[in-house]
Amino acid sequence: MLILLLILIPLLGGLLTFMTPSSKASYTAIISSIGTLIVAGSIYFLYTQQRNAEMFAFDAQWIENIGARFTIGISHGLALLMVMLTALAFPLIYIFIHHQKRENKSVFYGLMSLAQMGLMGVFIAKDALLFYGFWEIALIPVYFLSSMYGGSRRIAVTFKFFVYTFVGSLLMLVSLLYIYQHTNIHSFAWNSFVEAGRNLPLGSQIWLFCLMFVAFAIKMPIFPFHTWQPDAYEQSATPVTIVLSALMVKMGLFAVLIWLIPVLTLGADYWMNTIMILSVIGIVYASCLAMVQTNIKRLIAYSSIAHVGLMCAAIFSQHELGIQGAIVQMFNHGINIMGLWFIVSILEDRLNTQDLNQMGGIAKVAPTFTIALVLISLANIALPLTNGFVGEFMMFNGVFNAASPYRVSLTVVAGLGVIFAAVYTLSMIRKVAFGNVNTNTENFKDLSNNELFILVLIMLLILVLGFYPSLITNLIAGN
Amino acid sequence: MTNLVWLVPLFPLIGFLITGLGRNMLGKSAGWIASLAILASFVVSLLVFFEVKSSVVAGPVLVHLFDFIHIGSMQIPFAFQVDALSSIFLLIITGIGFLIHLYSISYMSHDDGFAKFFSYLNLFVFSMLLLVLGANYLIMFIGWEGVGLCSYLLIGFWYKNIDYTKAAQKAFVMNRIGDLGFLIGIFLLFSKLGTLDFTTLQTAFTTGNLDPSFITAVALCFFVGATGKSAQIPLFTWLPDAMAGPTPVSALIHAATMVTAGVYMITRSNFIYSLAPQAQQVILIIGLATALVAATIATRQNDIKKVLAYSTVSQLGFMFMALGVGAYTAAVFHVITHAFFKALLFLGSGSVIHAVGGEQDIRKMGGLKSSMKITYLTFLIGCIAIAGIPPLSGFFSKDEIMMHIFNHGAFGKVFWSLGMLAALMTAYYMFRLLFVTFFGTFRGTEHQREHLHESPALMTIPLVVLAVLSIAGGFIGVPEVLGGHHALNQLLQTVLVPVEHLEHLSHNTEFVLMGIAVLIGIIGIVIAWLGFKKYNAADESKGLATFFENKWYIDELYASVITNPLNKLSVFFEKFIEKSGIDALVNGVGKMIQVGSQKFRLLQSGLVGFYMFLMVIGIIVLFVIQVWVNKL
Repeated sequence: MLILLLILIPLLGGLLTFMTPSSKASYTAIISSIGTLIVAGSIYFLYTQQRNAEMFAFDAQWIENIGARFTIGISHGLALLMVMLTALAFPLIYIFIHHQKRENKSVFYGLMSLAQMGLMGVFIAKDALLFYGFWEIALIPVYFLSSMYGGSRRIAVTFKFFVYTFVGSLLMLVSLLYIYQHTNIHSFAWNSFVEAGRNLPLGSQIWLFCLMFVAFAIKMPIFPFHTWQPDAYEQSATPVTIVLSALMVKMGLFAVLIWLIPVLTLGADYWMNTIMILSVIGIVYASCLAMVQTNIKRLIAYSSIAHVGLMCAAIFSQHELGIQGAIVQMFNHGINIMGLWFIVSILEDRLNTQDLNQMGGIAKVAPTFTIALVLISLANIALPLTNGFVGEFMMFNGVFNAASPYRVSLTVVAGLGVIFAAVYTLSMIRKVAFGNVNTNTENFKDLSNNELFILVLIMLLILVLGFYPSLITNLIAGN
Repeated sequence: MTNLVWLVPLFPLIGFLITGLGRNMLGKSAGWIASLAILASFVVSLLVFFEVKSSVVAGPVLVHLFDFIHIGSMQIPFAFQVDALSSIFLLIITGIGFLIHLYSISYMSHDDGFAKFFSYLNLFVFSMLLLVLGANYLIMFIGWEGVGLCSYLLIGFWYKNIDYTKAAQKAFVMNRIGDLGFLIGIFLLFSKLGTLDFTTLQTAFTTGNLDPSFITAVALCFFVGATGKSAQIPLFTWLPDAMAGPTPVSALIHAATMVTAGVYMITRSNFIYSLAPQAQQVILIIGLATALVAATIATRQNDIKKVLAYSTVSQLGFMFMALGVGAYTAAVFHVITHAFFKALLFLGSGSVIHAVGGEQDIRKMGGLKSSMKITYLTFLIGCIAIAGIPPLSGFFSKDEIMMHIFNHGAFGKVFWSLGMLAALMTAYYMFRLLFVTFFGTFRGTEHQREHLHESPALMTIPLVVLAVLSIAGGFIGVPEVLGGHHALNQLLQTVLVPVEHLEHLSHNTEFVLMGIAVLIGIIGIVIAWLGFKKYNAADESKGLATFFENKWYIDELYASVITNPLNKLSVFFEKFIEKSGIDALVNGVGKMIQVGSQKFRLLQSGLVGFYMFLMVIGIIVLFVIQVWVNKL
């Protein structure tokens, strides 16, 4: 029953927020998100103690005559990690933006809470139809958020984002229904999907896999389905960008791990090399693009595409270490990219620009901010003893051990991404913080208490998880 | 005591945290706290060292701290390995590190970022200690990247100067290129053998019949890593630029930490390299080439720190030559002596720079020996030591390397002669530096002349200590032929895989070679004396000299072959593939849908009859499909 609260709290919190006056809206949202965090924390505790398993599984009648049930549960470390990430991200976002000015706060916070509910649902649904439903529920508030709040080109960009993801959703729906048709007892349950999918002939698996993968590839995004992302990141308001990049990106990876590879195993084997090659091309391609960006948000967007490319390659290495590494990284990347967006948000807030060439010298006027900038950036380039390292190390090992004839060249080319990441990330630090201050940056204020609190939390996570990665790896060792 | 070895890196880590977090409150005490942390490490290292020394046969002591990665098929502990090799490096790092810390208290006293500087220094030492203590390649790699990070932070310490921060970035990126090689070596090892522990791997390599091409591949990958960190061709260009950092940082990078990492790593991996003769050959050739190229460049530099920087690159070349012929002890020996005299020379140059108010161009110095006696004398000792004049330390270690090379295979004598050429240049450029800086008349401004002064005691004491070490350091490895018993060799035998020894050179040959080496050193000094005892600035460089002065145009070469094409490629990606390729395609689809739906909208005419008509057509179409599919 406990697990039901993960959905109910954000849902009720969101609805309540809609009805709260704008001035108080952030409080309802913060309270409900903290409530969710407490629930997630208790589940984490019970899970690691291996106690009360019945608390985090729930099953109820839903649409009985077509075999869809309301089944949710956390049975593996991946789901738990994603739930933890989602539960952690929202209170951090809310507290961070608490003081920012914004129109229609009750709508904003309400939509955010609903998005959280959708995300939670995606990560815990064990029924395909339910999964699909939550998938859409998570997206809809985000469409509204990115079209109502953000930069001047936001309408066009959101339209593109919408069309892209909508196409993806349709492809997914078609494939889910096809597999559903082949289940023995006409059920949407994960188990029967796995059974049905594995029994499909190779021919059907190949095209089905294609359809579903494109759906998820758009979400991640994987080259060449990525062009909505830099635009969307650039134009959306930072809290929305965080939801998109720290959490929604993980929906795609999560779906591949849970709903695609275990179901269409033959299809996965068939497409494995192609997808690994695409992902690795994406790493190098996105890294190159990141090196020539002058807009800090686009730079981070491309950097994120490169990182996701590595995760996807590692997943499709189909090697134990690659998959485990990708799971570790899914969590850590969420933390790091969130940190980066907070940094960007501070910059944008004070300088009113996203242009790197108009920054500089901030190390002099805002040393604490600079420490956060440098540390989070280092985590982004996977320096050892930051949380980015262990996952990346495992993923590379996975790719290197993949059952693919190209495994060595794939590893080496993907490795170029490691070098390029150093180039663009350090250039970013240099352009933001080093050199002399200019008229833009001379009055840059160092972190406020609010910002300091959030960034210190993130930095602690980065260091603790970097120094003692067992906190995460223990969760996923079993599967 | 060996079980408490984790205290050695712990002290600098605590020092880093205290000085880093309390940087605004501590003031000048930060320097003392940081120095104290290193001193504490040094004391523990000494205790550890003597314990190891007294029980040399017992083998390595493994100290398991916790499981770092512990998942499925990957079990990598956070563990330390204490043996002769790591304990010797502990001593170098903490000992010289401590002197550099002391020196910095005075050197950096007027800098705004005083406490920050010391926190970085502590972190640097911590990373380096991790590197040499790690019991497996992953922990080594953590330290390996850690020193890369610290060098980045320290080279770019004066961050307001954008060129300095670019130099810092260059150092980090070049190191990362090497690191990728190291990483791939690790992947190779792990994927084949499933472990990264030195002890297990050593057994696997010495007893197992591994594929020679696999061994060579691992060895070469690791060597790529070493070329980055230890500034060998082709990744050496970051080191001379690294002098953008404050001078004590250069001393730390060039002597106690960082650049010795590659030598350490290959010595640690001797069980791999002794089975990979082709890889050794590559190391020998690269080492020799680096020694020569860097020496030629050093002869034509006018920045006091640049001369020293290229000299480090060249000396590292010597160490790699030693590694290439499997003379690991000789390489470590040279690491030790080089650490003494190179730290001395860098700190000495810092003292000079301090005295002339930040000037680094030796053309604007001269005649400093009268006003800075201690600096001059210690600098002189450093120069004699590096030139290889007995009985100073550099003689013994360089001599040992050259002996091994002479005795190595068919081309040994060729390599030896070329190495001697590099040695000749070493003596020449070092004494050129000495004469131009300290002899003749002062060529700086009147203002500078008035302010010429010897540095304070906190700076000169480390110089004196290092000078004593530079004189006496060679006695840890006096060869048999001179009546010694080579203490270092005996100590290190425990960590090296035994290889069949070639026939020793006869004592007569050894004496002759030593004689030639000394003679060559003296010739170099004499040439420098003739050319530079009275320096005049008219000494313009032409022809080949310009080529050397411009560092063989290697930076320019890299820019035009790698950096610029990569940039162009990225711009091409951005403009043509991303914007007018993929994105245009996507937008095109979007537009088509928009236009299409505008047309389709007209179908919604509101006429029920028309709807019925469409419905019927739809049903017919479905019917046809049904027939078609079921082949009725």
